[in-house]
Amino acid sequence: MASPSLAARGQRLGLRAIAKLGGLSAMADPRVRATVERLLAGAAHQGFRAQLVAGRAFAPKPGSGAAVRTEPVRPRGLFDLTPTEDQAMLQAAAKELADEVLRPAGAQADTGRAVPATVRAAAAEMGLHVLGVPVGLDGIAEEASAVASCLVVEELARGDLGLAVGLLAPAAVATVLAAYGSPGQQATYLPHFTGEAPVPVAALVLQEPQPLFDALAPRTTGRVTGDRIVLNGTKALVPGADSAELLVVSALVDGEPRLVIIEAGVDGLSHEDDPAMGIRAARTGRLILEDVTVARSALLGTTQDHADVVRRARLAWSAAAVGVAQAALDQLVPYTTTRKAFGEPIAHRQAVAFAVADIAIELEALRLVVWKAAARLDAGTDAADLVAKARALAATHGAMIGSQAVQLLGGHGFVKDWDNERWYRDLRGAGLLEGVLVV
Amino acid sequence: MIDLEVPHRLAPLLEQARGMAEEVFRPISRKYDLAEHEYPRELDLLSAVIDGISRSGVGERAGAAASTRATPEDEPTGHKVQGVGSGRNERPGGATRNGANLSSALSILETCRGDVGLTLSIPRQGLGNAAIAAVANEEQKARYGNRWAAMAITEPDAGSDSGAIQTTATRDGDDYVLNGEKIYVTAGERAELVVVWATLDRSLGKQAIKPFVVERSNPGMKLVRLEHKLGIRSSDTAAFHLDNCRVPARDLLGDPEIRIEGGFGGAMQTFDNTRPLVAAMACGLARGCLDTATELLAAEGVVVHWDRPAQVHSAAAARLIQMEADYEAALLLTMRAAWMADNGRPNSMEASMAKAKAGRTCVQIALSCVELCGATGYGERELLEKWARDSKILDIFEGTQQIQLLIVARRLLGLSSSELK
Repeated sequence: MASPSLAARGQRLGLRAIAKLGGLSAMADPRVRATVERLLAGAAHQGFRAQLVAGRAFAPKPGSGAAVRTEPVRPRGLFDLTPTEDQAMLQAAAKELADEVLRPAGAQADTGRAVPATVRAAAAEMGLHVLGVPVGLDGIAEEASAVASCLVVEELARGDLGLAVGLLAPAAVATVLAAYGSPGQQATYLPHFTGEAPVPVAALVLQEPQPLFDALAPRTTGRVTGDRIVLNGTKALVPGADSAELLVVSALVDGEPRLVIIEAGVDGLSHEDDPAMGIRAARTGRLILEDVTVARSALLGTTQDHADVVRRARLAWSAAAVGVAQAALDQLVPYTTTRKAFGEPIAHRQAVAFAVADIAIELEALRLVVWKAAARLDAGTDAADLVAKARALAATHGAMIGSQAVQLLGGHGFVKDWDNERWYRDLRGAGLLEGVLVV
Repeated sequence: MIDLEVPHRLAPLLEQARGMAEEVFRPISRKYDLAEHEYPRELDLLSAVIDGISRSGVGERAGAAASTRATPEDEPTGHKVQGVGSGRNERPGGATRNGANLSSALSILETCRGDVGLTLSIPRQGLGNAAIAAVANEEQKARYGNRWAAMAITEPDAGSDSGAIQTTATRDGDDYVLNGEKIYVTAGERAELVVVWATLDRSLGKQAIKPFVVERSNPGMKLVRLEHKLGIRSSDTAAFHLDNCRVPARDLLGDPEIRIEGGFGGAMQTFDNTRPLVAAMACGLARGCLDTATELLAAEGVVVHWDRPAQVHSAAAARLIQMEADYEAALLLTMRAAWMADNGRPNSMEASMAKAKAGRTCVQIALSCVELCGATGYGERELLEKWARDSKILDIFEGTQQIQLLIVARRLLGLSSSELK
């Protein structure tokens, strides 16, 4: 920064500067204006950086016996697209939540960049936050639940992706604690998710800001010294970064990508705002780790578990892409068959009708690939390739669907009176974001 | 229970089909690509093997003939085969079933991984057999037995618009007399029977169109020529002239009455079951391309790491990832359409989705694999260039890409053929 002094005085000064400087005649001089703009940009980035304050106290508990895990599902060896009764029930509940609560709140939550308390309460009532926690740990998962989670994520994302991410972010933390946690970690943290007042904001943090980010090679590092780990790095697009109480963060620890549990309030952990193109209701921020020191016992799972999380997160985002794409398609069918041009519904033209057909084809194919990958995860077999395929389809066809859904509405697609512009923004994210959600 | 893997019990059948593709088809692929119109004698032996497979304990068939046929041996009581066209098993709820449609699709995928043209030339597995299986009454099924039947719909002036065919069938005593031109008849020269579609009364539109089983030896049906083609050269494509071709009335397949409902539309439903098969052919061809290209590229150090994002791979590896993804998409749409048919669910839209996705995907993959492999892909030493030529037909026959999109769009948008033309 050219002049840290201005930036250091914070955002408020920056805002005041706009009001004061903006009207000055000196601002007509491009050199002066450029300098001021640069200073203001610095202020905007640094002004809100703040210590992540401690929320609740997570009193360490030793745990006993072996860690509780969900059992893998035994496949029947039949090709079948029918959800189990339990899955269908969860799906129906998620559908209702999506239609009754998420969709109506979506636009406002996007603008306000917040999950309304009423929405959070409705989701908690459904037990969303313990979807991936086994019954043995007071959750609701009877067995491995990637398929069930995909069905739920799809439905919620169909309602609104930003809200879905905000709601499911703490659930993802609970899921990974259940899936990879030691008995002590499970005993220490999970009661805070399964109990009366579940942790409202927590995040599984993999994403980093650099282009070409590779989740298996995070730049965030953890240096092991004795029984401590010292973490340094920057994480991007973290839902609820300003209010999270618990974080599971990926870092390269002794050269291996690992997950580390970090409680809010630890020294050296700060956040700054990091709004993005989409998923705005999830209120994304950056996390800055500067010599954040945790006990070695804060390591969660193994390197393989980290890779497993990367896959499960990508699959969850792909399931989310299915949901948002479905929302777009559901809206395009009535629109194109009623909107008239040249004296007839625009769907009577092949150029329009074929575009809708292509959306349906790619969307349904993506859903099937997501299901196949999820079923494979539940069976405990290797799903790396299928997850990558779902990811590739979500990235390419998902973005195409978002674009075409705006295109077919023309100007209506571009303005905020309709939901399409938000779906366009959200669909771009679903094909590229890492972490945050898991199945 | 959601599970999209290949059913366990099909493993032996698919292993046989794969063996057939690798041991029989691949070694003679180039030979019959170069020697267009020469009959691949090797296939006579093969059809004996296929008959053996279908008589064996596997209980599934490897070709089109099985696609629309119920398999009584593993059919629980209470399920009846539906009438004209559908050939589906009606199921009053209950457990899911993996039947002949899925097993046929997956086995055809394997044989087409070897060679599409040769698969189309396997005796007694023609699309005409699929029509017979779907539409014929029991007496006719018994009479035509296990004879090889080709399908003749297309005419010089009626391709995708198959409702506009001009070939006429006129009743004359105990016979029908057929007149007209038929082109693009796959296996038309080699088959023993040809299912010829003709109209009883042009003024009555599609409902008057009926299929007739014509003996290849019938002197009224003359082979005019065999086409020279871009690809699938090992499969003969015939053109016929029907000149007062007399066909016994009992060889009209199915219902001889002209009905407002169900007639031609019912017959077109045959496609709901054959389109997933053609989609499976496209998947098979795409699989072959990908397997070969992956092997050739691996020798050049191009390897996919599935856990790493596409953008940190080499451009070639990133394209492999995208192609594998689109292949998987096409495959699962195909398996879904076949599964729906096996379980008595209307699948017209899903069959067309599968055909549309698989058809365009196989062409994209085949052409990309040629591109990625450069001179080796483009030259005749490898089969990649042949597959790229073969692939194009899979996005055309059994309904072009555009026809599939029309069907999908009409269903999806609830539009009639007069609204969405």
